[in-house]
Amino acid sequence: MISQLSWKIGGQQGEGVESTDRIFSTALNRLGYYLYGYRHFSSRIKGGHTNNKIRISTQPIRAISDDLDILVAFDQESIDLNAKELRLGGVIVADAKFNPTIPDGIDARLFAVPITKMAEELGTSLMKNMVASGASWALLGLPLEVFNKAVEEEFGRKGAAIVEKNIEAVKRGAEFVLEQAGGPLDEFKLDEADGQQKLFMIGNEAIGLGSIAAGCRLMAAYPITPASEIMEYLIKKLPKFGGTVVQTEDEIAAVTMAIGANYAGVRTMTASAGPGLALMMEAIGLAGMTETPLVIVNTQRGGPSTGLPTKQEQSDLNAMVYGTHGEIPKIVIAPASIEDCFYDTIESFNLAEQYQVPVILMTDLQLSLGKQSCDQLDYDKIEIKRGKLVQDVPALEGHDLFKRYELTEDGVSPRVLPGEKGGLHHVTGVEHDETGRPSENALNRQNMMDKRLGKLDNMYIRDAIRVDAPHETPELLIIGMGSTGGTIDEARTLLSQDGITTNHITIRQIHPFPTKPLLPYLQNAKKVIVIENNATGQLAGQIKMNAGFAEKIESLLKYDGNPFLPSDVHKACKELSLDGNIQRV
Amino acid sequence: MATFKEFRNNVKPNWCPGCGDFSIQAAIQRAAANVGLEPENLAVISGIGCSGRISGYINAYGFHGIHGRVLPIAQGVKLANRELTVIASGGDGDGFAIGMGHTVHAIRRNLNVTYIVMDNQIYGLTKGQTSPRSAEGFKTKSTPEGSIETTLSPLEIALSAGATFVAQSFSSDLKQLTKLIEEGINHEGFSLINVFSPCVTFNKINTYDWFKENIVNLEQFPDYDPSNRVQAMNKIMETNGLLTGLIYQNKTRKSYEDLVTGFKQEGLAKQNIKISSEEFDKLVAEFK
Repeated sequence: MISQLSWKIGGQQGEGVESTDRIFSTALNRLGYYLYGYRHFSSRIKGGHTNNKIRISTQPIRAISDDLDILVAFDQESIDLNAKELRLGGVIVADAKFNPTIPDGIDARLFAVPITKMAEELGTSLMKNMVASGASWALLGLPLEVFNKAVEEEFGRKGAAIVEKNIEAVKRGAEFVLEQAGGPLDEFKLDEADGQQKLFMIGNEAIGLGSIAAGCRLMAAYPITPASEIMEYLIKKLPKFGGTVVQTEDEIAAVTMAIGANYAGVRTMTASAGPGLALMMEAIGLAGMTETPLVIVNTQRGGPSTGLPTKQEQSDLNAMVYGTHGEIPKIVIAPASIEDCFYDTIESFNLAEQYQVPVILMTDLQLSLGKQSCDQLDYDKIEIKRGKLVQDVPALEGHDLFKRYELTEDGVSPRVLPGEKGGLHHVTGVEHDETGRPSENALNRQNMMDKRLGKLDNMYIRDAIRVDAPHETPELLIIGMGSTGGTIDEARTLLSQDGITTNHITIRQIHPFPTKPLLPYLQNAKKVIVIENNATGQLAGQIKMNAGFAEKIESLLKYDGNPFLPSDVHKACKELSLDGNIQRV
Repeated sequence: MATFKEFRNNVKPNWCPGCGDFSIQAAIQRAAANVGLEPENLAVISGIGCSGRISGYINAYGFHGIHGRVLPIAQGVKLANRELTVIASGGDGDGFAIGMGHTVHAIRRNLNVTYIVMDNQIYGLTKGQTSPRSAEGFKTKSTPEGSIETTLSPLEIALSAGATFVAQSFSSDLKQLTKLIEEGINHEGFSLINVFSPCVTFNKINTYDWFKENIVNLEQFPDYDPSNRVQAMNKIMETNGLLTGLIYQNKTRKSYEDLVTGFKQEGLAKQNIKISSEEFDKLVAEFK
């Protein structure tokens, strides 16, 4: 019996890889397993190799694995590209149609199943994904009725006949492979899961769900990988709550429409990736200057320019921290799990209104698109805080205006919405006085700059840094952000087997930088290694600039488009600990 | 009920004496009173440029945004609270150069927003460069040998983009302009009102006298039917775009707000935003 295994399906894009993965993982989720998915895809719709990998475990997991147990292949290319990941004695289930062969030097078992032929016998080659997934499910010895239930749900709306045919396809695939293998494979027999169904979703869905819970009722956005799932989710859901999604002509329209809607009182967001974020920069300054709440999700992908649009990277950090001309207050939050994506979205909307600033929620492609198990989300933790939003203010005298930008102790001024009789005021991106009217007065300028920039003094979000520090003076302090936390923790298990003590800190509040809470951990570590998916060590730069300790901070960088593997982190940390320096991944 | 005086404030515009924009300011104030608005129910959103300052010169909710983005901001305001009357305003550079992409798509989207373009055929605030509305051959600081680009016809573009309300006026004709703004506000959908607003400082060609000599008032054509799109396009071309009056109106197409599934009459900003635990459970159940 084993507690975890990895399964991968590969083929040409548009060949059913996605739907096979979906049904397979839904069925596993029903059984109560923890799952973590990774999509390898290209920026095209049909054709080109694509694969989906799922890690299945009886324990919570938050990382992809180094190796692979079962590979389902629709073509020889999928075998050639992925067989090297297979562990010794791993299994390939492949379509007999293309006479699959095992590449030289790979020790694996091959089951050639007439996948296409069986599907065609049932009426359409479209069903080959059902034959393939049925075959691999059967090899694991998992109950077929749970799988069939997932098939029913996937195809139910297409009618009973279609469901029946697909279930038949699953059955034929299962029967064929079991006969070849002589029954389910003992070495892949998974321990029983806890039977507790988890939530299974991608980060973008958790953000969409979080935004509805937060009271977001409008979204203005322009499609882009890997952010589009947020708008696609919300356009399905928001009409039920009175709201809607507008697909705008570009990202500048998206962000300025969101600013207009927030000004008029509706929690509104936009979401994009690097290229869109770059287009939004001027408007982010407008939100900062006019103290208009704004939530922007930036799902990072490989840059610069069009870069690697479907690959993992964390290279927009500096753009988010420093972006827009001039100086404004801004909050940048980096969720590190599916749960974070949900709760941080709610917090982003609250912070945007409490501090009247733009908030950027920054994910990375693996967090946004990697489908994974997540614990139940707690309705009772949903709190809506609208800050100094006021209503029913006293009537104005003569030509008086409401002091929308009143100088207050905490720098945050009362805010009224258009429609409020006593609330008339002006809003402008030009420097302005307390009523919002343009002013070039030097003293006013200084006061207003100090007011705006002082709003975030001592502002800390929930878990500004997430600390796992079992050691008082660890050999290594490992620092990361976003989707890399699970990988780092797996590497730490290996490092502790090597006798190397480690602490782990996830930076969740990227800006303003949480220097104060971080300092003692930096002080007490012998060495610090900052792990990030970019080429210039942007997070390490923030740490050195804000907290110092440059002499003991090293970087582990990966910018080839792929997420870190536990082995990458393990190797680098071990080298650093033993030799004092590391090779690049 | 508010009179036009209630829409005045005590701010002295920074426009040059004689600027066409003064009359447009007055026309907006009069139209707002004539259609029965109160200052708190009017939001004036403006762009950047001389004309962009207008949101600060009307006693209402005013939002002075960034260059070229007046329309997305205005549409955001309208989506958030459709009970507000939203007027968007800016210059020809703001709307037809840097903001042209938004203009075309705001027209297509057809939200109930009235867009008043203060068209002076020149960049004034930056002290006299060419605009997409400048005539070919027009000499400016950025075109010392005369503009070699075609003059843009916003009216033709608006009709092609599916506009449901297209009008044009001249800042000297306060009566016509006020009436057109009222009609624009009352129109269910997006209304474009292009207004010739002479720049007395930098445009020595398109002067008040020049417009008086060259523009054609549609009132001269008693048979003109503003619901006829083909006729509207012909008339724009015949007059080289120098016509004034209500050029086209489509009263049958619904506004965007009326076409959005489940969109209520009550402003979205006024609605409850906390979801119930039942609603939450239902959303979460989809991920099991």
